[in-house]
Amino acid sequence: MKILGSEITPYKTYLNRRKFIKGSLASAMLATVTSSAFANHDSDLSIYTKNLNENDKLNSYEEITTYNNFYEFGTHKKHPHLNSGNFKPRPWTIKIGGLVKKPQTFDLEKILSNVTIEDRVYRLRCVEAWSMVIPWQGFQLSELIKMAEPLSSAKYVQFVTVFRPEEMPGQQKRTIIWPYREGLRMDEAMNPLTILATGLYGHEMPNQNGAPIRLVVPWKYGFKSIKSIVEIRFLDTQPETSWETLAPWEYGFYANVNPNVNHPRWSQGTERRIGEFKRRETLMFNGYEEEVAHLYKDLDLTKFY
Amino acid sequence: MFSTKNFNRSKPVLFILILFPSLLWAFQFVTGNLGVNPIEKLMDELGLMALRLIIITLMITTLSNIKSIKSIVVLRRMIGLFAFYYVCLHFSTYIILDHFLDMQFIIQDIIKRPFITFGFISFLFLIPLASTSTNNMIKRLGFKLWKKIHYLIYPVAILASLHFYVLVRADKTEPVIYMGIIILLLLHRIFKRLTRPQLAQ
Repeated sequence: MKILGSEITPYKTYLNRRKFIKGSLASAMLATVTSSAFANHDSDLSIYTKNLNENDKLNSYEEITTYNNFYEFGTHKKHPHLNSGNFKPRPWTIKIGGLVKKPQTFDLEKILSNVTIEDRVYRLRCVEAWSMVIPWQGFQLSELIKMAEPLSSAKYVQFVTVFRPEEMPGQQKRTIIWPYREGLRMDEAMNPLTILATGLYGHEMPNQNGAPIRLVVPWKYGFKSIKSIVEIRFLDTQPETSWETLAPWEYGFYANVNPNVNHPRWSQGTERRIGEFKRRETLMFNGYEEEVAHLYKDLDLTKFY
Repeated sequence: MFSTKNFNRSKPVLFILILFPSLLWAFQFVTGNLGVNPIEKLMDELGLMALRLIIITLMITTLSNIKSIKSIVVLRRMIGLFAFYYVCLHFSTYIILDHFLDMQFIIQDIIKRPFITFGFISFLFLIPLASTSTNNMIKRLGFKLWKKIHYLIYPVAILASLHFYVLVRADKTEPVIYMGIIILLLLHRIFKRLTRPQLAQ
């Protein structure tokens, strides 16, 4: 299965390109006039499509940015797109704490200047049984973990979303316990598939998709891929996560995409790919079995769902 | 004072008003203007409309206790039938568009998932209500039996609102409001029954 983006873009080029594209939306992707400055990203979709499996097709920028679950901006799918205009993703810092050599706060720009931004085209499977194919830009979480220098006793990583009720209207209501929290086992976090994404379709990460930096774990249900991260903590025990706290009988810590373990309220055997009419079969680990199945060989996935 | 005539006159307007959303959604669906996930959107809108209409029929009965508008009850049948119309569209969207007539899966889904079970039973209970809605049927069954059959609207409303409640992932405000209204309307009926002056035997 082809998934890893082969196109590696140095951060500086990426930044310049980003400036150039700034403000342009989906229309830019349809533009027939190509500019070499950003030919790689918006006009020439082959950069992404060559990383695609033959059964998959990219979802459009519009689909990816107007149909979101990001309860910080409201519980309806259209709310993040409509209500995220006042959110200010810059400047941004990430606090690193817990079991690390030295707790510290990183400036996002500083993190980005130390990593390589690359294209990753991933399937995203929501626990609600819909899915998309998204061209992300980002870097491996493992790179940041190396910068953070966790102690050998660290077995888990916890992530926390920003809490800014004045900019995120959904947080003014206690639909879930804010701030949103997620977590991974250390080996999951170090897996090369796990990335921190800072952009999509060559654009800076839109607010509604988790600006300025979010997690993407493509073999797990979408809610694991926590958005707008401000804190990362290293722990020796399994951290509490938001959905598991809210409804442990429905959402587990692992939340691996698994067509054989149904959600109590609906089947996980099939999914609707956004843009397609007929449902399609859901793949084990969202089709990334080869890359991640070994992480769970000793785990009863019906118990640890 | 509003007479039966007044309410009857409003019927054609009401008919078009209630029918209109279904035509609009069908048009939007066909032209691809129902958003990014049109099947889900269509199903949600149809189901919500049906639930709202069911609640309105219950409200009409309560409102008809007010002397000056007691004739409002003449609107109830039409709105009830429209509720059935929207439930049918909602259910067919689920069967045809969402699951492509995969009957084996659908039957499993209905049996195994409580929220689908609630919705399906609610739909089944609506069938006798809709099919006994004509004057002729009332005559044939006798008013007493007809009325008994139509008590089914209570489980229909409760199951339909439960169907909605269980479906929602986190913010349950809207389904809770609907359930609250249904409970208030039912309590009012019980209260009325308990305080009704006893007729001499």
